[in-house]
Amino acid sequence: MAHRVSSGLDQVIHELAHYLPAQSPLRDFVHHNTLHAFQRLPFHEALQDAAENFGFKVYWNLEKYRAQFHEKKINAEILKRVIISHKGADDLAHWTHRLLHQPLSDYPESRVGQIRKLWRKAYNLNLDKEVHQTLFRLVSSYLDQGIAIWKFPAKTNGLLAGVRELEKNSFSTFIKSERARKLFLDPHTQLEDLLQLLVGNDKYHGQYLYDQQFAHPGWSGMVAVLEKNESSLLDKRKICLKDLIFLECLLEIDALDRRRGNGWGALAEWIPTDLPLLFGKSRYSEFFDVHKLWQEALEWTYYDQVIRGLQLSHEEDFQKAASFQAMFCIDDRCCSIRRYVERFDPNAQTFGTAGFFNLPFYFQPEHGKFLTKVCPAPITPRHLIKETESNIRHEKDVHFSKHTKGVFGGWAISQTMGFWSALKMAKSIFFPAETPAMVSSFKHMDPKGKLSIKNKKQQQHGLQVGFTLEEMTDAMEGLLKSIGLVKGFAPLIYVIGHGASSVNNTHYAGYDCGACSGRSGSVNARVAASIGNNPEVREMLTERGIHIPDTTQFVGGLHDTTRDEMEFYDEELLLKANRRLHERNKQTFDTALDYNAKERSRRFHTVDSSQEARKVHEKVKKRALSLFVTRPEWNHATNALCVIGKRENNRHLFLDKRAFLNSYDHRIDPEGSYLFGILKAVAPVCGGINLEYYFSKVDNDRLGAGSKLPHNVMGLIGVANGMDGDLRTGLPLQMVNIHDPLRILITVEHYPEVVLKTIKTHEQTYEWFSNDWVKLVCIHPESKKAFVFKEGAFAEYQPVTQTIEAIQNLDELLANTAENLPVYQIS
Amino acid sequence: MEHHIMIGFFVLLPLVAFVLSLLIPDGHETSFSRLAMGSVSLQLLGITGYIIYWIFSGMHPVNIREWEIYNNGHYQFLLDFYFDSLTAVYLWVGAFITFLITRYSRFYMHLEEGYKRYFNTLLFFYLAYNVTVVAGNFETLFIGWEMLGIASFLLIAFYRDRYLPVRNAVKVFSIYRIGDIGIILAMWASHHLWHENITFIKLLDGDLVSEQMSAHGGIGLFIAVCLAIAAAAKSAQFPFSSWLPRAMEGPTPSSAIFYGSLSVHFGVFLLLRTFPFWEHQLMARILIGGLGLLTALLAYAIARVQTTIKTQIAYASIAQIGIMFIEIALGLQHLVLIHFAGNAFLRTYQLLVSPSVVAYMIRDQFYHFKPKPIRLKDSFSKRLAYSLYILSLKEWNLDTMLNTLVFKPVKRLGRKLDFLTPKNLLQYFLPLYLLGLLLYFNQGVIPETIQYYIPGLFGFLGLMMVFKAFSERNHPRLALMLVMANHFWIALAVSFNETFDYKQTLIYLSGVVLAGGTGYWILNRLRNKEKDHFDLNQYYGHVYEHPKLALIFLLAALALMGFPISPTFIGVDLLFSHIHEDQYVLAAFNAISFIFGGIALIRIYARLFLGPHIKNYHTTALKSS
Repeated sequence: MAHRVSSGLDQVIHELAHYLPAQSPLRDFVHHNTLHAFQRLPFHEALQDAAENFGFKVYWNLEKYRAQFHEKKINAEILKRVIISHKGADDLAHWTHRLLHQPLSDYPESRVGQIRKLWRKAYNLNLDKEVHQTLFRLVSSYLDQGIAIWKFPAKTNGLLAGVRELEKNSFSTFIKSERARKLFLDPHTQLEDLLQLLVGNDKYHGQYLYDQQFAHPGWSGMVAVLEKNESSLLDKRKICLKDLIFLECLLEIDALDRRRGNGWGALAEWIPTDLPLLFGKSRYSEFFDVHKLWQEALEWTYYDQVIRGLQLSHEEDFQKAASFQAMFCIDDRCCSIRRYVERFDPNAQTFGTAGFFNLPFYFQPEHGKFLTKVCPAPITPRHLIKETESNIRHEKDVHFSKHTKGVFGGWAISQTMGFWSALKMAKSIFFPAETPAMVSSFKHMDPKGKLSIKNKKQQQHGLQVGFTLEEMTDAMEGLLKSIGLVKGFAPLIYVIGHGASSVNNTHYAGYDCGACSGRSGSVNARVAASIGNNPEVREMLTERGIHIPDTTQFVGGLHDTTRDEMEFYDEELLLKANRRLHERNKQTFDTALDYNAKERSRRFHTVDSSQEARKVHEKVKKRALSLFVTRPEWNHATNALCVIGKRENNRHLFLDKRAFLNSYDHRIDPEGSYLFGILKAVAPVCGGINLEYYFSKVDNDRLGAGSKLPHNVMGLIGVANGMDGDLRTGLPLQMVNIHDPLRILITVEHYPEVVLKTIKTHEQTYEWFSNDWVKLVCIHPESKKAFVFKEGAFAEYQPVTQTIEAIQNLDELLANTAENLPVYQIS
Repeated sequence: MEHHIMIGFFVLLPLVAFVLSLLIPDGHETSFSRLAMGSVSLQLLGITGYIIYWIFSGMHPVNIREWEIYNNGHYQFLLDFYFDSLTAVYLWVGAFITFLITRYSRFYMHLEEGYKRYFNTLLFFYLAYNVTVVAGNFETLFIGWEMLGIASFLLIAFYRDRYLPVRNAVKVFSIYRIGDIGIILAMWASHHLWHENITFIKLLDGDLVSEQMSAHGGIGLFIAVCLAIAAAAKSAQFPFSSWLPRAMEGPTPSSAIFYGSLSVHFGVFLLLRTFPFWEHQLMARILIGGLGLLTALLAYAIARVQTTIKTQIAYASIAQIGIMFIEIALGLQHLVLIHFAGNAFLRTYQLLVSPSVVAYMIRDQFYHFKPKPIRLKDSFSKRLAYSLYILSLKEWNLDTMLNTLVFKPVKRLGRKLDFLTPKNLLQYFLPLYLLGLLLYFNQGVIPETIQYYIPGLFGFLGLMMVFKAFSERNHPRLALMLVMANHFWIALAVSFNETFDYKQTLIYLSGVVLAGGTGYWILNRLRNKEKDHFDLNQYYGHVYEHPKLALIFLLAALALMGFPISPTFIGVDLLFSHIHEDQYVLAAFNAISFIFGGIALIRIYARLFLGPHIKNYHTTALKSS
């Protein structure tokens, strides 16, 4: 292994942990860039590096690109442009030919795994087969959160300590060889000693560990995540990667001793001198170059239309006073519901912002034994909102009870309840209905319960309960200014969070609001509305230049994106006049929801989208309750875009649910300070979502979780295939079927120099842009010229697309197509 | 007559549905699900209607001699169907669960690669299920039994481009086949016991049975033990339990229907079906009850430490089946039927909703968490508890035990023949076999004492060939030829026993030659195309590029292993009928070589065609995934 990993094993393990998949346990599923460890490199370089070292497939197959080209989904003109910009006009013909006709070839063999492979060659032993099963079982028993009825009996203050205690006090053991046992029970044994036995040459110890851990990246990654973040488990476990590695080395020695007795020695003598070193310098590769050109052509074919569309402003069409205003989450799933709300009430004004509504806090539902974080993952909140007087009760389902697994309990239950199961099964297959096993976004909080929003000088769990007046005002001011809503307040302002419902879905947390750490956004919406209605807050806001009329009221709400249902909170507080308006608006929302469901249904294949909206909506609702539906909704699939700017400047475009929409008015923020806040969140959150989809799509086998159909739940923390598989990380195939792997394009409506200055203020944020992990385009607010961010500067971009078709019969088109649609103007 | 039509219909309908499903081209999701749904619904209706009719007409067991496939006067191969309350319950539960699962899979499998393959296999399984359930004699039952094994293999290896499913599929198939030795020997022994291929309905004749038993107690017990072994293997009882959790590799509904409910209860079915035969043998009852008790205890402990939901359900189910064995041994047949149906429904549903366990349990924990107290101060009880825990975590070594006791010795024996290569095989085989033939035609010159041992010796030679085929690492074609050679040895060995029509040997060997030849031809083609990736050391996944070769080879391999698509199937049974009552050793040799031949062939198929594809231009899964 080259230079970077030589200084001590601890350093090696530290870096190794960085390369492992950083996916939290299922309940905290948060999207992130799958190849985050490579983010310090420019995108394409990083991809080549990742492929050569770890054997990931990092681009679509050549055949796929070519098929897209022949179906005209990659624009020939753009392809030409891409080739010329990278290779020069002289070589255009040559490269076009390469791209279109170069025969398929194998990826290079990955560098990781080369040393460990030698065991087979040297001693004809498949160490994976000998070791993995025992290792996985031990770790899984140790970490188990509640599947096992008989829990890990020893103490849980360290994996090694726990296993040691078991081994010491048992008649039966896992480690059979005398030597391995001695090494294990001797507290002075160091990892170095074990590696000396196994590898026998310092130079290769580090690389050997990579080989070993990347044979089961799932479990190793989980351990590395839990080491850093203990609170991810409700039933706490102390664990560290080094312990796991130590245990694995020991099991390896044990296996070798058992199977080969004295007939084996360290691997060093078998390692060829020309063994390719991990992270060695990679050479130029035409293979990757060809893929890179295709990828850019694919991306720019789409970007180009979007940029052209954004240049065609229709701002003046939307200047009337708003009938109501509604804030939604930035989430791409809100893209279409907003379009329908605006369609059925053309005077309505909608806004997009991160769905925690600038209110980071922990939430503790009544009777909850733990706290739930409801803000973006990187933020550590200082506040706690507690729920009281909740009436939500969770039903029990005996099918999950441990009694069914006992001898006598099972005997009694199977002969009695077994028949009830048959009925239940038949009912749930033919007439799906709510069950205790389902996840519903509406159950996150009781709408009738009370929330401790106002701070009463109370502290709990080291957190401040509720917000002070000052904090509330700050949050509200920040929220309103960042979305550009500082005047022209309508009588009703909706604050609508979102969540999802599903059943039989292990990845349910990934479907909720990402800005609320994979929870439903209901509490945040309700708290935001309540703060907005607070007279004292209003008073202070007025002092700060934001005057909200007394007749204006905020209403919190929740949009369930799976079932397309909404509920509103604290409606009884509405003034009489507002209540009437609210009733009318509710009808608008209802119609919008019906149509939104109808639009979504075109992607479901199994629902007939051509029927009346209301009918289709009923079917969509039913899907969310059906055990056998593996795609209750498409979540973020097809995401490709993040538009930051005034809604009036993109309201005329049909973006096919592919865009994260963040409202922002550059006139309020000439210095770009709110913009900074937005970009700082958007780049890692939307970029993370986008890249996770990208990589899960292009290599669903290694960077995604594969098909979810055979998944088996492990210890409530992860999924694996079958009995003894490694944990699967990334997104299951069923989440990415319809996704096209495009990097996200972020467009900002502001002056290029301000945007440039803004992104440079924070290095970590800048890295996303400068290394091209997300693409950035700035639209000049006045001239509407487009500028692409490239190699540290903005350069003007002339779209190939000249006109954007104005679509007349969108409903019909939507009902009859199932694929990604181009950008249209809504007429 | 109406019985005749209806019961035949219960087999024919799934057969027609299965054949039709093969004809529908890939990608027509709706056609598959309509076909499957239509036929299974019709079946469920038919079964329900017929059962009602049957109950009202007095619940008399019905036996139907459906189709005589072969008859030479002494020996008759008969497809025979039978309907009694056991058939009724299994038939109905099977139809009901399949009906639900079909509907479930229609949506669940949507967009999945292999949608067609899934429904093909499901319908094939359903056909096998019905054949087994309505079988009226051992021969018919064995047809279904064999088909179940293959269907299982195909469903476990549904994700054939991953390593673990393929490895586990081969493992489960192997264990199934080990159990099949029991059935083959039971068939052989019962043939001698009754001097005919007995139908199950005749076993109801208590006088007949007890008369025979008093005369041939030993052989009766032998049959009972063989049946118990077959039942234990199929129902994952001791010592075979470890296959069930490992079978949970396919899509969840297929695991639910196979290993949660239907397939795994076939051991129970076999015991119930043959109950009249061994009910008067105390030893047999003690054996079966004891097996059940031991399994229930072990599986209970293992289930408690499982940290994965599907394996936990699997072991819980095994424990219940253990109790069913006890109930059968105690003679509580009606209770067993209720228990079977309840357990099947319960486990199917539990498996179907298994992904929900995350949301449900985490919510439960969120609201009701209590930290685990660590007690256990006393050192002895602590030691005991820890030992139990570790043993259960290790599945009481059941998995490794089977490996060390059965498969490793076989491999070791096979390796003794490592000097054989594809090139020199004929050099050894031909002269030896010619010598054998020579002896056969000149039996007069061999002293009688030696003659007595000759069939056994030849049987042993065949067995060794199969063992070598099973342990072969380098030459797939050699392994295939060895399996063929084994059939030749068996034919010769049995021929020494008595003079019989050459036609019978011809029936037997014609299938072998045809299927073996086809298999060899396919392997040759594959070798020409994939020279660098052609041995048995690892899995190569050639099905990715050569799906047609894979399919033809699979069919050839099935035919060669005596699957009921080639005359070899009847031939095997026919030949066994010529093994004398006292030739336990020869019968055992033949049964074992027959079984291991099948395993060796599936192993060739799996290693060459299944598993992660060796080529790297597309995505492949990690071995541990």
